[in-house]
Formats: sequence, structure tokens, C-alpha cells
Amino acid sequence: MDDLYREVIVERYKNPYYKGELNPHDISFEDENPLCGDHIRIDLTVDEQGKITGARFSGHGCAISQASADLLLESVIGKTVDEVKTMNKQNVLDLLGIELGPVRLKCALLPLKVLKAGVYGLGEASDSLVDDSEEE
Amino acid sequence: MQQTNFITGLDVEQIRADFPILNREVKPGVKLVYLDSAATSQKPLAVIETLDLYNRKYNANIHRGVHTLAEEATAMYEDARKKIAEFIKARSAREVVYTRNATESINLVTQTWGRANLNAGDVIILTEMEHHSNLVPWQMLAAEKNLRLEFIPVTEDGLLDLETYRKLLTLGPRMVAFSGMSNVLGTITPVKEITALAHQAGALTLVDGAQLVPHLPVNVQDLDIDFLAFSGHKMCGPTGIGILWGREALLEAMPPFLGGGDMIKKVYLRNFSSNTLPHKFEAGTPSIAEGIGLGAAVDYLTGIGMQAVETYEQNIIRYALDRLSEVPGLKVIGPEAGKRGGVSSFTMQGIHPHDVAQILDSAGIAVRAGHHCAMPLHDKFGLPATTRASFYLYNTHSEVDALVEGLYRVQKMFG
Repeated sequence: MDDLYREVIVERYKNPYYKGELNPHDISFEDENPLCGDHIRIDLTVDEQGKITGARFSGHGCAISQASADLLLESVIGKTVDEVKTMNKQNVLDLLGIELGPVRLKCALLPLKVLKAGVYGLGEASDSLVDDSEEE
Repeated sequence: MQQTNFITGLDVEQIRADFPILNREVKPGVKLVYLDSAATSQKPLAVIETLDLYNRKYNANIHRGVHTLAEEATAMYEDARKKIAEFIKARSAREVVYTRNATESINLVTQTWGRANLNAGDVIILTEMEHHSNLVPWQMLAAEKNLRLEFIPVTEDGLLDLETYRKLLTLGPRMVAFSGMSNVLGTITPVKEITALAHQAGALTLVDGAQLVPHLPVNVQDLDIDFLAFSGHKMCGPTGIGILWGREALLEAMPPFLGGGDMIKKVYLRNFSSNTLPHKFEAGTPSIAEGIGLGAAVDYLTGIGMQAVETYEQNIIRYALDRLSEVPGLKVIGPEAGKRGGVSSFTMQGIHPHDVAQILDSAGIAVRAGHHCAMPLHDKFGLPATTRASFYLYNTHSEVDALVEGLYRVQKMFG
């Protein structure tokens, strides 16, 4: 269980690299997990080729959601918007390097949900953006 | 009758032996420390065995059958109702309506009494510390009827601001609906005083007793309230069964709630007449085993004595607040000991409640993290969430120690 709080997770929670806001930005989206009140906003800057040049997150949440946001944004800088659209649950779990039960999975996936809703330009973030199991 | 320890109120080791789940391990070698009774309590053997016996021996549908099993099941179900009536000192079992839970009980009042009696512009007074169950049903009714909702503020130290309440009463409210004990702050509200003031102003009162009834003696006649809602599963009983108590004259005048079997006297193709109390509000086959199980829970609590339960919990929450205050960076919200029941919600500097709860779980300690179905109250205190440890008659002082030890471990991990 304490594996859940791997050093990298606690470290990124306490000292995130990508926390903050980008103004101006090209894409911004925010959403929350109504179960726990975790709230995340993600701002992106994107160049003419559709490549992500800057990313920041703000809001509040548990160590899992905050570390997930920080590691996720680190991984998408330099990627294209189209590449982000193909990211899924497994990408996040690989970044975190942990196994998660269903409740904490929602914490971990909130940043990806917000990110994908943002790049798709959706009005609303849906679980189907991150949970491929529902389509099986 | 349990042997009473006059220092703490009751013999906790003897009580623990009645709750088989308290012996389970959460994982090999890690024993359960259950500190989430404000969400749902554990069940004593007496309740578990009653449910089992009912299903093995008595199961039948009630109120209509003439065969032996139906008669026995009906007698057990109605006998439980009498026990519950006696437990809260109702004048009559006719005033005791079975529902699914406290939430449904409150919805019953808003949908029947509220719809029949309230008009546009009428004022309902609630409080800022309400559980969503005593907030959303009134919001729904207010939207439908164009009512005005007003709120008794919660002070910095987690008490109701009665000065403002007195001012709100000048608006001529029709109903004051409030929690008897906050599920987040633990605050025990002055039910009798609030009710007396409401009645002077011509308003009725509804008490959300979900946290109150399980933890201290409740006498509806002495409190002089008009409605009381509570759930079985928070007071050693099963889930799926709750109670609405109401004054007989009020219940009598209210239209029925759900329509269907059992709530009728006569049915014609185009109309029906309602059954007598309390059956008028009980449509369809109810949770029979669970109602009988709640009767067993009431027997169990009565055997121990609610005064002893209250004394014991006062003792343990006092100890818990003392120990929690030792932990650096930890802040408990709500009033001091003596003004609260066995509930302690807290924050830890720089650590999210979900992380606190998760790390405590690895030591077998079950607490709750989140907004505890009281989002407006958390907004008021500027907190997205808290961690809540709640206590009941089976919790021990050494479990408080285990909690505090676990919290030190949380701090070390995030330190």
C-alpha cells in the first residue's frame, strides 16, 4: 500500500514542476472530481504545427492527482495535440508506476480527463475520454 | 444488562465481543480499527442473528396473509415498530413510519407536508451545517413552490448562531429543519431551545436525527419537536430501513407519499382512499427483515442504556480531541468536547484528506475523507475536504492511540 506513495509521487506533490497558470494560453480547461472535490485546471500553449510548447496545472487535490498532473504535463510537452488525443489510462499508470483501486484511479485520471477535454475542445469532460474499459 | 463501568459509562471489551466484524483483519496481521461509524455503524450478533433467523424461519409478506408465517412476520414487524416508538418515547407506534433511511424520511415530509401546506414566498429555515439529505429535498421543494430558504449560520467554533436565528424567526417561517448532531462538526445542537423558539414563531420543526438518535437518549415528547428522521444502519441496525416519526395529528393531515399496495384502504378504478397511520405512508412490500432487525438493534442499545452510550462517547471524544491536538499541523474543526458527539473532522497542513485516509487504511484504520455530504459547510470553512474519525460504543482508547500513531506516520511520509 505504501507503494502508492512512491518517492516520486510524494516529491512531485510537494514540489511540482508544472504547477501554475499560463496567461496567455491557447487551450485551458478545468474540471473536478465531485466525489472528493479535487479540482484541476490545465493551461496549454500550442505552436502552429499543433505541438505543445507549454503546460501548467492549477487547483487542488490529493498527492495522486497532483503528481499525476505534474508527470502528465511533463510528458506532453513537445507532443502534438493529436498525440495527446490518443493517450489513455495506461499512459498515466505508467507515468505513476503504481497500481490503483477504482476510487484512487479517478484521482489519477482526472488530469488526463481535463487535458483531453481541453485538446478536443469539448464543453464537458467525460469519463469515456480516459476509461477504455467502458467501451469493451 | 451490561455491567457498567462508572468511569467510562460501559464495559467496552464486553461490547466488542458482540461485534464479530471487529475481529477481522484488513490484511494479514493488520486488525481493523473501525472509526467510520458516522457513515455506518457495525452490527452486533443480536442483529445479525435476527436477520438470519427471520430469513430461515419466518419469511413471508406481511399485513395481508392469513397463513402462520405471514401472521408471525407481521407480528414481528409491528412489534419492532413498538420497540422503536418506545426507544424515542413516541406517544404511539402509529407515529412511527418505516422508510428506507433518514433521507427518505425527510423527502417524505417535503413531498407530502410541504407540497400540501406551503405556498410561494413561504420561508423555511435550515442551517449551514446540514447534510445534503436535509438540504437538497428542501431546495427541490423550494424550486417547485418558489419558497424562500434561510439559513442559521455556523460560527467559527462550529456552533449555530442563535442570535441570527432569532432574527430569521421574525420572517414568520413555516418550518425549521435542522440537524440534531452535525455529521462533520459533531456539534450537538440545542434542539429543545430551537424548537421552543420556532413554535413561538408559529413554525414546525423537523430534526435530522441520523447522528443524534444512535448516540444519546432522545425523547420526542420532551424535545417537543414535530418530525424526527433517522436511519437504522447508523444505530447498529441494518441498511435499507429508516424512520420518520411525526406528531399524529400532523401525519393524519398529510396526504400519502408513494402510492401502491398497503397504503390504501379501498381502491376503485379511478380513485382510492388512504390507509390509517402509519401504513398510509408505507406503499409496497417494505424491508421486513430489516425492520425487525432494527427492532433487535433497539433492544441491544436499550439493554446497554443510551445514557451509558452517551457518557462513554463523551469520554472517548474528549480523549481523542486531546490526543489529536498533540499532532503538529493538525486542526480539528467544530466545537470543544462537551458540545459535540463522537465525531472529529480534521485537516493536516499540506496533506490531502484522501492521502491521510489511504495511509491510515494501510494500518487497518478506517476513516472517511471528503466533504461528508456537507459541501456548503466545507465551503463555509474554506476547506475542499476533511478527514473524519468517528466513534461509537465499541471503540476504545487504544484505537484513538492507533489513530494518532497512524497520523504521525502520515506526517513522516509527507514531512
